[in-house]
This record gives sequence, structure tokens and C-alpha cells, in this order.
Amino acid sequence: MNGFVYLSNVVTLELDSAKCKGCMMCTIVCPHEVFSIVHKKSVIVNRDLCMECGACARNCPEGAVKVKSGVGCAAGIINGLLRGTEPTCDCGEGGSCC
Amino acid sequence: MLADYITGSLTTTAGTVPRISTSWSIQDILNTIRVRWAIGRMNYKVEPGLYAVGNPHTNSDVFVTCNFKLTFDHVRKALAGMDAWMLVLDTKGINVWCAAGKGTFGTKELISRIGKVELGKCISHRRVIVPQLGATGVSAHEVKEQTGFRVVYGPVRASDIGEFMKHGMKATQEMRTVQFPLWERLKLIPVELSYGKYYLFLIPALFILLSGMNRRGYSPDLAVTDGLRATLNLFVAYIAGLVITPMFLPWIPFRRFALKGLLVGWVAALLLSRFHLTGVNLVEIVSWFLMIGGLTSFLAMNFTGSTTFTSLSGVQKEMKTALPLQIGMAALGVVLWIVSKFFAL
Repeated sequence: MNGFVYLSNVVTLELDSAKCKGCMMCTIVCPHEVFSIVHKKSVIVNRDLCMECGACARNCPEGAVKVKSGVGCAAGIINGLLRGTEPTCDCGEGGSCC
Repeated sequence: MLADYITGSLTTTAGTVPRISTSWSIQDILNTIRVRWAIGRMNYKVEPGLYAVGNPHTNSDVFVTCNFKLTFDHVRKALAGMDAWMLVLDTKGINVWCAAGKGTFGTKELISRIGKVELGKCISHRRVIVPQLGATGVSAHEVKEQTGFRVVYGPVRASDIGEFMKHGMKATQEMRTVQFPLWERLKLIPVELSYGKYYLFLIPALFILLSGMNRRGYSPDLAVTDGLRATLNLFVAYIAGLVITPMFLPWIPFRRFALKGLLVGWVAALLLSRFHLTGVNLVEIVSWFLMIGGLTSFLAMNFTGSTTFTSLSGVQKEMKTALPLQIGMAALGVVLWIVSKFFAL
């Protein structure tokens, strides 16, 4: 656990434990210790620490994890609003900021 | 001309591979400082492809990274004393985590790069070590399916690679977790400060110009005195949002960045008013609290993009209420400030 927690009860993370085969990949790739293996199945233990990076969903061979991933960045969201696209890091002028 | 980090070459069955140094030259250090100040940061790249560290052989490990030179430098430094391969993906000069979010550090690029450099010809094993934060863009099972290469996720930080290898490619929980300590937040501040670009001159210039207005017409003297005072206030709000809030982030109350920023902005405005820098008439004082509060809150909210823990859903939720309020506060503040030029209370 680190000292940073963002807003509670907002993330779109979903885990279907019936599909989980306990490969532990989600516990390896998650940068915030959101998952833990209990009785050979993954469970969400720190839901509010999730930053929706999407690493777990992309690396779950069973497709048991779902999350609407994207940039948790106000500038990126404003960018998306102005252009009518999804939030994006590309900050115009042909470049991007991160 | 060859880049100064290339020290020679190595002939393999798949062709010649450049051999690179694991130490930083003075130039590397100066360039690191330069890009930390956002100068030429978007064009600080190395050529994608395969590199040799030390004397790698067919059984040596392959470390995958991006082609942002800052990252490339940290990885080669971490590989000092090892014989290894470095496979650099084309991420358009973007760091691993951000590029993984965009998908440029991703399954497709990794698969195609493995093919392009004919990695299978250089090594006898079928394993590549990918930085953990690359997992946002790389699907380990898809890479395995399509290339036969097994993806092993390494530690978050390149500096932990040595320990990771020593323990038989096992990362501790600490190596797997992203922290955001003070030092890492401080390193971001120079880039944050460059955020305002030409507005840093344009907006103070406008305030100086407008400061000359008064009931009797226009006073150039007033433009200088009140204009410089306005510039100072705006500068303080800018620093409050982009330096003070990130620095003291974990200790400032509230989870919402907009509220953190508003609090810091108002504390700054209170200090300014103690020294009569927000003016002497009530309308102007109120106008400064609105402008400074709105600006600092907005700038603090923008710092979400630089942090390592905010989610898209969270930022969207916070913005829905914060953004209209910030714009409203700043706009009302500007109107009241202009009004205060004509009606002293």
C-alpha cells in the first residue's frame, strides 16, 4: 500500500471469479496491489487503489477481468471533449505531452 | 555520426548489432537535465532495434524497452556488468507506461519487432523480459501465441533489474508497486512549470494593460504599479498550483485534486492579502480570491495526468463539477476585478 488513494467507488473494474483459473497474472501486472489470490482464485482486495490502467484485463488469458481503461488525466479529458474523441494524451500541435 | 553510447558492434547470425555502453557520458547527464525541463523532450529518441550489452550470447536474456532516450539510458545503466540483449520498441520517443497506455508499446509492436530483428536467430531460449508497466499495452498470452516467446514481467523500476535477476526473475511486492514519493514528484515540477507556455507572458501583459483603467480615464503609472501587483498574484497562483500542490500532495486534505488546489490557492491568497497585495477595496480582494482559487484549483486538477494513481473514471467524476466552477470563479473574478477599477468600496 502506498499513501495515495483517489476517489472511492468510481472505478469500472470487474472480475468474474468463475472464469479465473488462478494464473496470478493480474497480481503480477497490477501496479497498485488491487488483486490477491485467495483459494487459488483472484479477488479484488483494494478496489479504490485501481487506476484503470488496464494491464490486468489485457493480460488475463481467461478474459475474467474487465475495466474501461484510459488516461486519468484532466488535460487529456479536456482534449477529448474539445475534439469530440475519447480522452487522449495527444496534446495537439502534432505532439503529445506524456 | 554514431551516438556516443554506441561503443562497437557484435556480429550475430542475424546481422550486426550495435554494442552499447552502460555508463552515462557528461552529454547524457546534461541532456537528462534538459529534457526534465521540457526542452526537446518530445524528440529525445534512440533508433528502435536490438542492442548488445557486454558480450551477450545465445542464452543471454532480452530486456525490452521503449525508444525514449531517458528510459533507454536508465535501462542500459541498470544492465551494467551483465551480458544481455536490449530490444528497443518504437514508441515515438514516449516512455514505457504512457506508450503502453496509447498502445505504441504494445502487443503488435513487440511481435513485429521480434520478427524484424530476427530475435529467434540470435538466441536459443524463447523468453523476453518486459517492464511491468508495459503490461498496459502488451498481452503476454497473445505474444506467446503468435511468436512462441514467453513474456516475463520485470520490475517497475529499471534500477531493480539487478535484484530481480539475482533472485531468479522474482520481483518483490515492493518492486511491483508504483509509488509516488516526494523526489519523484519534484522531478516533474520543471515540466509542470512549462505548462503555461506563451500565456505566461500574454496574461500578465493583459492585466498590466487593463490595470491602467480608472474612473478618471487611463493612468500609465497605475498600469505599472497595479499591473505588477496583479502579475505577482497570478505568479503566486501558478506556483501554488504547479509546485506547492504537487510537493505537498499527500499532506493536503481532500482526495479531489480540485479541492486540494482550491485550498492551497486560498491559503496563498490569504497570505497575499495580509500584505495588501490583493488590493485595499473589498471588490478587488474578492476578485483575487476568485481568480487565484479558480486558477490554482484548475492547475492542481491538471496534475492528475502526472500522477501514478488517478483513474479515468475518478478524474471524470471530479471534473464534472470542478471544471464549470473553476471557469465560473475565474470569469467572475475577472469581471469583479475590472469593476473594482471603477467602483472602490
